[in-house]
Amino acid sequence: MSEKDMRVRRIEHGTVIDHIKGGQALNVLHILGISGSTKAVVSVAMNVQSDVLGTKDIVKVEDRELKQEEVDRISLIAPGATINIIRDFKVIEKHIVDLPEIIDGVVKCDNPNCISNSKEPVTSKFTVNKEPVELRCIYCDHMISEEIAEHLI
Amino acid sequence: MHLTVINKFKLKGCILGVMQKHIISMRDFSRDEIDIILEKARTFEPVARGGSSSLLSGKILATLFFEPSTRTRLSFDTAMKRLGGNVIDLGALEASSVAKGESLADTIRVIASYADAIVLRHPKEGAARMAAEYSSVPIINAGDGAGHHPTQMLLDLYTIMRESSLSGLRIALVGDLKYGRTVHSLAYALSLYHADVTLVSPQQLKMPDVIKKDLEKQGAHIRETTRIEDVIGDIDVLYVTRIQKERFPDPAEYLKVSGSYRITEKLLEKANDNLIIMHPLPRVDEIDPAVDKTGYARYFEQSFYGVPVRMAVLAMAMGAK
Ligand SMILES: [Zn+2]
Repeated sequence: MSEKDMRVRRIEHGTVIDHIKGGQALNVLHILGISGSTKAVVSVAMNVQSDVLGTKDIVKVEDRELKQEEVDRISLIAPGATINIIRDFKVIEKHIVDLPEIIDGVVKCDNPNCISNSKEPVTSKFTVNKEPVELRCIYCDHMISEEIAEHLI
Repeated sequence: MHLTVINKFKLKGCILGVMQKHIISMRDFSRDEIDIILEKARTFEPVARGGSSSLLSGKILATLFFEPSTRTRLSFDTAMKRLGGNVIDLGALEASSVAKGESLADTIRVIASYADAIVLRHPKEGAARMAAEYSSVPIINAGDGAGHHPTQMLLDLYTIMRESSLSGLRIALVGDLKYGRTVHSLAYALSLYHADVTLVSPQQLKMPDVIKKDLEKQGAHIRETTRIEDVIGDIDVLYVTRIQKERFPDPAEYLKVSGSYRITEKLLEKANDNLIIMHPLPRVDEIDPAVDKTGYARYFEQSFYGVPVRMAVLAMAMGAK
């Protein structure tokens, strides 16, 4: 089946996130803070055939233009994803995701003795190494380099 | 002026628009910045050896120890008082707000309004970094969990500088290199000096690969062995740490391992004449007391050097010239 056949309908306004590594769409929604209670119209296509990725996922969020810092978080789990901002059915902006230098409140430190896992009023924060993707907790120095999706808050 | 160099802290440098001089982790320091602190400590050594100064007169240091480390606390106390300053502390922990469940963040905000700097020791890793986010005065980390203990690293480097040499250094780190996080920080600091580092530990307590790789990336030359005998003849510094009983499920195995890492006069027969032996103290039986009177022992000097080093850190944190 071609990508075209699988494709959910075109959107008038909003954001299309394409080239997400197959199987990561739900994590992408999670990162964007899109849950069951979100009012926005969201369409998800999973495991679409892709020449480059094998399979890919696509997420479309209507009437919401994602900000760069929101989409940057996506690169933690879907490096190479592309973001198209749509107005009047036209792509008016195209971004390729890029890892931020610091991520704040997205990933949980897996050191149980870390202050960010205590009752203190702090969110977890990591500095980001891009290649390979490695996160270092700014509090306890603990490194996360594999299975980052499993550490999403 | 060197203080501006110390001001260059990563991530947390600027809170309320005021540059802070927090001392949280060795990773915040470049080699140049460390050298500045060590040089500063050198100028304080005569004061630490029984002199006095009025450099920090009128200043108040708060020492907040959420877990006991009497020696470190006394060392900071001594450093502050020799510089003419005053020290306040939490008193009996059980009587304080902490026992009532107050967060560290709140405690820090309150104490920061009383004192000119805060020395913090806390069982949670990263506690000092968080405290710095909430403090209006400099935070000096005196140990957080198994994590950072920068003044210990600085006094170790200072001891090497004074009793041996930091350039062309050949050092062996002995003991628990797997869980001993302060040894990891020391190894990191040594890598800034491109030291030749030999890791000596039992197989089950070897330094994790990820840390070794990080050190090599920083410029350290790393070798590994399980036997002190292999390296004793070609090192300048033997840095001994404790092997903890808790790491061994089998007590007999612990006895065997700890016995084979005990430093004795016999082992030292093959040592360089100018070898120095260091240990963060307290020791249990890693070093035979007979070694104390040899020319190699430096662990008591090392302990003393904590005072001038902490004087330097306090003076810098509180902006004294
Ligand atoms: Zn952490």
